Amino acid sequence: MMRQKTLFIVPYLLWIVLFVLAPLILIFYQSLYNINGQFTLDNYTTYLTSGVYLKMTFNSVWYAFLITLVTLVISYPTAYVLNRLHNKQFWLLLVILPTWINLLLKTYAFIGLFSRTGSINQFLRFVGLGSHQLLFTDASFMFVAAYIEIPFMVLPIFNSLAEINPSLINASKDLGASQWQTFTKVIWPLSMPGVKAGIQAVFIPSLSLFMITRLIGGNRVITLGTAIEEHFLTTQNWGMGSTIGVVLIIAMFIVMFATGEAKQKGGHTR
Amino acid sequence: MTENIMEFRHVGKQYDDNVVLRDINFKIEAGKFYTLLGPSGSGKTTILRLIAGFDQPTSGEIYFAGQEINDVPANRRQVNTVFQDYALFPHMNVAENVAFGLQIKGVKKSEIKRRVDEALQLVQLAGYGAREITAMSGGQRQRVAIARAIVNEPQVLLLDEALSALDHKLRVQMQTELRQLQRKLGITFIFVTHDQEEALAMSDQIMIINDGKIQQSGTPVDIYDEPLNHFVADFIGESNIVPGIMKKDYLVAINGQDFKCVDAGMRPNERVEVVIRPEDLDITTVEQGQLVGTVDTQLFRGVDYQITVHDVRDHVWKINSIHKTTVGARVGISFDPEDIHVMRYNETEADFDARLDSYEEGE
Ligand SMILES: Nc1ncnc2c1ncn2[C@@H]1O[C@H](COP(=O)(O)OP(=O)(O)OP(=O)(O)O)[C@@H](O)[C@H]1O
Ligand SMILES: [Mg+2]
Repeated sequence: MMRQKTLFIVPYLLWIVLFVLAPLILIFYQSLYNINGQFTLDNYTTYLTSGVYLKMTFNSVWYAFLITLVTLVISYPTAYVLNRLHNKQFWLLLVILPTWINLLLKTYAFIGLFSRTGSINQFLRFVGLGSHQLLFTDASFMFVAAYIEIPFMVLPIFNSLAEINPSLINASKDLGASQWQTFTKVIWPLSMPGVKAGIQAVFIPSLSLFMITRLIGGNRVITLGTAIEEHFLTTQNWGMGSTIGVVLIIAMFIVMFATGEAKQKGGHTR
Repeated sequence: MTENIMEFRHVGKQYDDNVVLRDINFKIEAGKFYTLLGPSGSGKTTILRLIAGFDQPTSGEIYFAGQEINDVPANRRQVNTVFQDYALFPHMNVAENVAFGLQIKGVKKSEIKRRVDEALQLVQLAGYGAREITAMSGGQRQRVAIARAIVNEPQVLLLDEALSALDHKLRVQMQTELRQLQRKLGITFIFVTHDQEEALAMSDQIMIINDGKIQQSGTPVDIYDEPLNHFVADFIGESNIVPGIMKKDYLVAINGQDFKCVDAGMRPNERVEVVIRPEDLDITTVEQGQLVGTVDTQLFRGVDYQITVHDVRDHVWKINSIHKTTVGARVGISFDPEDIHVMRYNETEADFDARLDSYEEGE
């Protein structure tokens, strides 16, 4: 029996070791070597003392924050309304559908929409508003990023809202609460686990976006993700790239810890 | 005369084509303990939902303290509910749950604390305020649910199968506690159950619901002793129900044999149904018995023996007796005229009451 259990766990362990632990160790190891292959802490000193990298870090966090906020503001009401519809599973499917399409394809589709000769500008010229620079702006970057992340926010919020026992809402009304009071005192706190899961699912990947920053943001927005790509593919400074990678990983753990612990608190003590 | 706090007038409820309630009429007097009793799916919860305001009737009017309240939203009704699944807020502790209604009303902090403590005391949960809901047992959760409702001092408290999740012992204990609580607070309770023993033990008034209609309403004793029809007689308590013929007033024939009874007001030779409760039947000798039969089974149930006897016409009688008999023995069955209750087919509750009045006055 015991033997069988160990056997079943082998693929999982292999996976963890090969694709999670090993890369982590490699990145950390790489980050301790400079471009000439010498063991040094220079990469970290450079990172911490150079204004460029710190600004980049700040930028990444700031944009990830904005993307998460915009996504949340759009996704929460969406998930809420979806939950009250008759065929809610069907409508949810429509929201999730775009995630089945490759990210790069969607990004190119947006280039097609936003470019000077794209559909939107054609329409604007048609109604006499002239053409505008849409691509390579902060707004278009935010728009596309939010568009791509929304399903990952809607899904966990939808699930946590669906889990709320409807008699809790009746109980709240029964005790005299208005619609709004019921929302703030019962529905919102009970959907918190979904909101936190959504934030994790959106904020962390947003920290290291690089394709959209290049293709839609036109490198106006330089994030840590862009920097890593640059170091690995262009300047070949793997050590510096890994150092930024380590920073990103630490940031992810901080976010996970912050949202994870808060979840515990909501569920138990308070 | 006590005042009517609530009234249903010709209330009907329909979900699409599914008729759930038809022509429900009743009056609720302030300060009494009412029970809605009926089988699963009969419409009990629907009635509570209409009273609480979670649903609106399709037809008819609901009055509360003389005002029609059909369109008053749930949060503005002076009614509180103890839900079947308790519906306690999982993100709040016991005290926060109980305080919810008072906070909404904007009651002062110090007063909230005092009233919450008082309510918890009342349901014997003093000191449990800081506990999480998940750390409470089923019986304790139910008390929290009761405390959360009564702390608001509602005029009417609705309880939907509030005891059904508890084990037998706790349930009987809670029945007594609920009854005492109701007397102490003087609040009108409307209690829903499908357990007839519970209904008989707790209520001032019982309303028996079947298939979206009120079959009979009255005190537990009235309903037990004078069931209106086959459904009620069968649903409340154990009973022997046999067809009979009402020869004339105070004389009914069962199995072609005439018996004196205390019922009257029917047509001569009307076909009727006769109810005799198992505990009203006694086993005697063959000579002294009004009916004669053979003992089929005997089951000891702690307080008494449950015996079945088939008579010469192969009709099976259920008898509850504190005396033992022998399986296979020939015995007599005896009963008194008062033990017989005669029911007419398809008599309405109003006609039934009128008929009862007519001959009871005449006596
Ligand atoms: N929202 C609804 N839509 C359609 N039918 C409903 C709805 N709510 C209840 N019903 C139907 O109404 C009938 C009565 O339901 P109700 O919940 O009042 O029964 P009940 O007497 O409380 O039964 P139980 O003892 O099982 O709780 C049932 O047949 C049920 O299927
Ligand atoms: Mg019910």
